[in-house]
Amino acid sequence: MHTFLLLASVFLASIVEGVEALTIVLAMGTTRGWRSTWYGVGAALVVLAIFVGVLGPALTLIPINVLRLVVGGLLLTFGLQWLRKAILRASGFKPLHDEAAIFDKAAAASRKVKHTEKKAMVDDWYAFTIAFKGVLLEGLEVAFIVVTFGANQGSIPLAVVAAVAAILVVVAIGVRVHQPLSQVPENTLKFVVGIMLTSFGIFWGSEGAGVHWPGSDAALFGVIALIAVTAFSQVTWLRRQHDRLTNTKARTT
Amino acid sequence: MNYLKRFGSFWYHFVVGDDWRIAGGVVIGLTLVAFLTHSVQIQVWWLLPVMVVIMLSLSLWHATRRR
Repeated sequence: MHTFLLLASVFLASIVEGVEALTIVLAMGTTRGWRSTWYGVGAALVVLAIFVGVLGPALTLIPINVLRLVVGGLLLTFGLQWLRKAILRASGFKPLHDEAAIFDKAAAASRKVKHTEKKAMVDDWYAFTIAFKGVLLEGLEVAFIVVTFGANQGSIPLAVVAAVAAILVVVAIGVRVHQPLSQVPENTLKFVVGIMLTSFGIFWGSEGAGVHWPGSDAALFGVIALIAVTAFSQVTWLRRQHDRLTNTKARTT
Repeated sequence: MNYLKRFGSFWYHFVVGDDWRIAGGVVIGLTLVAFLTHSVQIQVWWLLPVMVVIMLSLSLWHATRRR
């Protein structure tokens, strides 16, 4: 069951980051041409593969309790960041991620750059670097989740398969529709992944610190339930607060 | 120097994110759990989940209070 949850978390996280990277890649490809954009994507994927290939096996050499303490702490910090952002977006305190607007902004910025600098085998250095940076930055979060989840559960290849499957799904849809995937409920996915990362972080971090969970592995479900209930309650409470603030502002103006 | 600064800033934002209190709370929480489990030898499996609920609530309160 843990393995299923792990794969689902990696898959959903990869979908979210894949959609964000696709927006940047599409903006570059459609405005400046695909050749240099694809080179940028390819170069970033190579760097990410090296990151996972080197860090993954290295992590498995660390004693399991130390690994769980460190990785649990990092996952917890990471998960709380995702969850916090998703709660603020769901309650209206932060604008939702708008892929169409991001696409328009990136496309407009790229049209302003008139010159096409040629370097080595890359015809358009601007398209290459923007695509490279976009895929690398979005992919780094996925790579981090793949490596930490995989190393802790002793199944890095499975985590890689889940991530690659998600990226292939995003790319296949992206190639078909040829526009940013604005319909993907990114914040909902981010919310779910935030709950999973936070829960795994609490579970592994505590185990690494020496805790024995009552009910052993089954305790993870209790942790997930606690974090999910907390997150939903926060959204409800903050949404009410946001509505009250909006009404007050509307009355005073 | 500028490159190093930007490199450091990237990793800070990547790991710590928007609210440093959360990262600080995680470090304090894990240290406390490890101390109580190994030195005082009491089982505190409930401590980190409780701390996370409090930290998340405080961080959200902090992010929304001035709006």
